[in-house]
Amino acid sequence: MPPPPALPTPPADDAAFHDALLSDDPELLYDRAPCGYLSTTPDGVVVRVNETFLSWTGHRREDLVGRRRFVDLLPVGGRIYHETHYAPTLLMQGTAREIALEIVCADGRRLPVLVNSVLDRDDDGKPRVIRTVVFDATERRRYEQEVLAAKRRAEESEARALQLAQTLQQTLIPPTPPHIPGLDVAAAYRPAGDGRHVGGDFYDVFQVAPDDWVLVLGDVQGKGAEAAAVTALARYTVRAASVDHDAPSDVLHTLDAVLHLADTDRFCTAVVVRLRRTEGTWRATVACGGHPLPLLRRAGAAPVLVGEHGPLLGVLPGATFTDTDVPLGPGDALVLFTDGVTEGRRRAGFYGAERLLHVVDEHRGSAADVTGALLADVMAYQSGVARDDIAVVAVAVE
Amino acid sequence: MSVAERNDVRVSGVPDGQPIVFAHGFGCDQNMWRYVAPHFENAFRVVTFDHVGSGGSDLSAYDPVRHGSLRGYAEDVLEILRELDLRDVVLVGHSVSAMIAVLAAVAEPERFARLVLVGPSPRYLDDDGYTGGFSEADIAELLESLDSNYLGWSSAIAPVIMGNPGRPELGAELTASFCRTDPDIARRFAHVTFTSDNRADLPLVTVPTLVLQCTDDVIAPVVVGEYVRDAIPGAELVLLDATGHCPNLSAPEATTAAIAAFVG
Repeated sequence: MPPPPALPTPPADDAAFHDALLSDDPELLYDRAPCGYLSTTPDGVVVRVNETFLSWTGHRREDLVGRRRFVDLLPVGGRIYHETHYAPTLLMQGTAREIALEIVCADGRRLPVLVNSVLDRDDDGKPRVIRTVVFDATERRRYEQEVLAAKRRAEESEARALQLAQTLQQTLIPPTPPHIPGLDVAAAYRPAGDGRHVGGDFYDVFQVAPDDWVLVLGDVQGKGAEAAAVTALARYTVRAASVDHDAPSDVLHTLDAVLHLADTDRFCTAVVVRLRRTEGTWRATVACGGHPLPLLRRAGAAPVLVGEHGPLLGVLPGATFTDTDVPLGPGDALVLFTDGVTEGRRRAGFYGAERLLHVVDEHRGSAADVTGALLADVMAYQSGVARDDIAVVAVAVE
Repeated sequence: MSVAERNDVRVSGVPDGQPIVFAHGFGCDQNMWRYVAPHFENAFRVVTFDHVGSGGSDLSAYDPVRHGSLRGYAEDVLEILRELDLRDVVLVGHSVSAMIAVLAAVAEPERFARLVLVGPSPRYLDDDGYTGGFSEADIAELLESLDSNYLGWSSAIAPVIMGNPGRPELGAELTASFCRTDPDIARRFAHVTFTSDNRADLPLVTVPTLVLQCTDDVIAPVVVGEYVRDAIPGAELVLLDATGHCPNLSAPEATTAAIAAFVG
């Protein structure tokens, strides 16, 4: 094997250079290479093997050459991998690189290795010989196993975090609203993105006294654990305040004060509806704090906004809120929604009020009919990816 | 998403010819048939596809429940046949797809003309009085092999393709996915493949069946091929003088000839 011609000529008196060059003839270059080196037939039968491989594995040349296939030197799991991945890749691509395997040594010990192979073909393209180099990867494999274990732990804790987020979400957005005799209540919710973060939207429907219920839908700025803490605070404040305060405006006032006192910069919007039945007739009282006004859809009429705008909660000092009384007859419905509906985005613009009014007008079946249709339409508008949390609650008089 | 997109279905050959459908096994993708399938294009309508989770399939269609058993994969195959409205089908299944083919042919026998099972194994694990060739520990070891190799493959890899005009070797765009997929799916597919037991399904096959077996295959030994031949009524066994589990790559001429002789 002549040396490559492009090498610079060493000084004639460099004895060490000449010594190294002369003592590394092709035979030694092969046998004492710092890697195992095997040649096999296309079927894998060993035809040549170097000293390094033999000394690493303890196999004797006469036991391998002409007798064993490369795959025979692998443990069973590795053989399956060889047959289903390694050999097909080599036959198809002519080369297979950085394959992690273990070689079973003569004494049964296993040597972790990284393997590169090339398949040589003759002029007609027929496979002729496979050349394989084997690198000792003992230390590297140990390290990789640590990395792999760390990756597994990370995946497990991510799964736990996701589960925690979803559990938390369900306490803020109950999957099914309670049954209120005489009213049809439904809710639909879709968190932003892939649902891995707890959203800031919340709703609640709860009873204060017989024929006296509170419905609240709100939106805390931001998302994630910190927003969830504020969301929980807001949700339970509305519950507690509703016990002593009949007027939704007073409930919002209390919530506003609580958010001012809380150790957070996050603000909140909410719409609170008190639903009371007297002498068989339902009456709703609506108050808003920084939240989109709900829709009132009377039987036989187009939906209209109802209530009066109020300030954001937890932002301005001395905020006041206004109650609006709405008598509800059979077939009348209130539809509450968060800004994830109207501000649903796509390149051309926002989902907007017009589409919202149209869907609410068109779907006059059950409460679930209108919440489901609205969620589906907003999602379709955004090509199936919610930019923001979307929450819709509908209550209709039966 | 259509079934054809989901499974990256490729159709070639004679448009109104008898359909011959090639199903790849565990590990790689439809390119496994690259040296065999084209030989049938002059007489057949040739269909190749990737199982969900392999090659160019839509990974988002992977369903751990549906694809948690070979029946889910068989249902995928039947959906492909229905979408393309294929009847009188020759279904060629390699490795685990041999059993997927058996399940499909048992579920809707009227759709099939013939089955070709290449390197089939109805059960890889040894059982009382049955030699599958593997133990539970072997399969655990395989999963470890998968894990250590996906670790090395996590970054972008651009293998050097040897230029060999004599062979239609894979272009660079295909090497990215060949024998490589989402590690989690590969793991699950390995588990489904190597823990399945389809011995009871074999006698239910009513379609003429050819078993193609290599003489020297560490995954599906000859005794297993004989078992499959004996269990499927009227099945023939042809032994290919070839080494390894992938005669479609290592002995494509012999594989093609045996299939051609069987399907006439």
